[in-house]
Amino acid sequence: MSDTLTVDKEIDARGSFCPGPLMELIRGMKTLPVGGTLAVLSSDPGSLKDIPAWIAKAGHELLASEPHEGYTRFVARKAR
Amino acid sequence: MPQQIVIVGGGVGGTIVANVLARKLDINEAQITVIDATGSHQYMPGWLYLPFNHSAGIELSRSERSLLNSHVKLVVGHVSQINTQDRELRVLQTGERNGNGRGAKGNGDAAGMTAVPYDYLVLGTGARLAPQDLPGLHEAEDKWQHFYSLEGALRLRSALDTFQGGRIVLAIGGIPYRCPPAPLEFVFLLDEWLEHRGLRQKTEIHYTFPLNRVFPIESVAEVAAPLLEERGIKTTVFFNTEAVDTERQVISSLEGEELPYDLLVMVPPHRGAQVIENSGLGDGQGWISTNRETLEVKNVERVYALGDATDLPVSKSGSAAHFEAKVIASRIEAEVLGEKPDPKHGLYTGEVMCFLETGHNHATQLVFDYEHPPRPPRPSLYYHMEKQLFNRAYWYIVPQGLV
Repeated sequence: MSDTLTVDKEIDARGSFCPGPLMELIRGMKTLPVGGTLAVLSSDPGSLKDIPAWIAKAGHELLASEPHEGYTRFVARKAR
Repeated sequence: MPQQIVIVGGGVGGTIVANVLARKLDINEAQITVIDATGSHQYMPGWLYLPFNHSAGIELSRSERSLLNSHVKLVVGHVSQINTQDRELRVLQTGERNGNGRGAKGNGDAAGMTAVPYDYLVLGTGARLAPQDLPGLHEAEDKWQHFYSLEGALRLRSALDTFQGGRIVLAIGGIPYRCPPAPLEFVFLLDEWLEHRGLRQKTEIHYTFPLNRVFPIESVAEVAAPLLEERGIKTTVFFNTEAVDTERQVISSLEGEELPYDLLVMVPPHRGAQVIENSGLGDGQGWISTNRETLEVKNVERVYALGDATDLPVSKSGSAAHFEAKVIASRIEAEVLGEKPDPKHGLYTGEVMCFLETGHNHATQLVFDYEHPPRPPRPSLYYHMEKQLFNRAYWYIVPQGLV
């Protein structure tokens, strides 16, 4: 297990199929101030591709993808 | 002394909790009160069909009183404040009808405000539309369309009635929103309706979605994407609407794209209820911080939340509220009787079951929980008929908690 970054807000989206972890991340980003940090926990393997892709597309910053037993903790900073 | 169980919101979740508890608990054990702002119970899934005149036979509303067990007291009024420390609500009462002459005792004051105490509180306060959250929407309410309220769906029907062709864009105005499949269903039904009207060749349908696929769940997107292509419906993914310019008739995304339109159908931004924000129980958007298994509101005692009102990572749908209501009723019943929560029925496992209409009398079905993703069957007449049957049977089996 890697080190765990502390964040302003954390969303447990494990087991979320609909609306799903990426939707939870977009929702969480909306409520953050610019510069704020957010972690989303996802047990969906698809998130490994989807979440970094959206963060890059939306111009935010992916700080870490921390692998844990059965899930990944994605840490992002709202950049704009 | 009977325990005071107060349920705020007479939607599907709140109504089921009330009716199940009224059957399970004796009147000497509990007094159950539902407080609802309108006293009218809406069947929101019916709104999807209204713009296309496909709603024949689907009842869109009934009085909440007619759906409640006679032992449940109904208060029609606005809850303005929830005080979880003193276990008391402030209610501006606009109407009341008792079941069996029983009910919570309240202390009124000169302003018409009543204090309603509770021992157990269930928050089924739902979601509200918040067009003010998307620049360009609030200032021009009559220049865009939606089907997320009865009035909106009727106005959209009028707009479609006079539509003669052009580009119709569907866009998501904010996350989260009620009924994730509804936007897909809308464009499928729209395609069919335009074809019947002889307008399909003159119309471009453009479906946009915030994620990198046409639906959150990959297995469902894999079913829907080829259907969209087959029907000639254009798609733009990774489109999170940032602003609407109703003068230029263009919407723009935070990913930097612009789309012109002739008719704009938006899924309006949603928020939790105002009273949740006022009472300090919500996050920045009014969604209630809720334990994903016990459905207890975090950091307060004897308060539960369900349905659209929660911040849970499950779809905002009547189906989720339906399953959650059974869990809450089971837990409150056990607490009132001084028993431990039932390990099977007293925990929510993320269960949701819903349909996805794909047009031309076909539909598929999504069944999933926290552990199991949906495996949607191929769209067929069978699931469409099942959905149509449910649309009609709803009033007789769901609010009563019979299924």
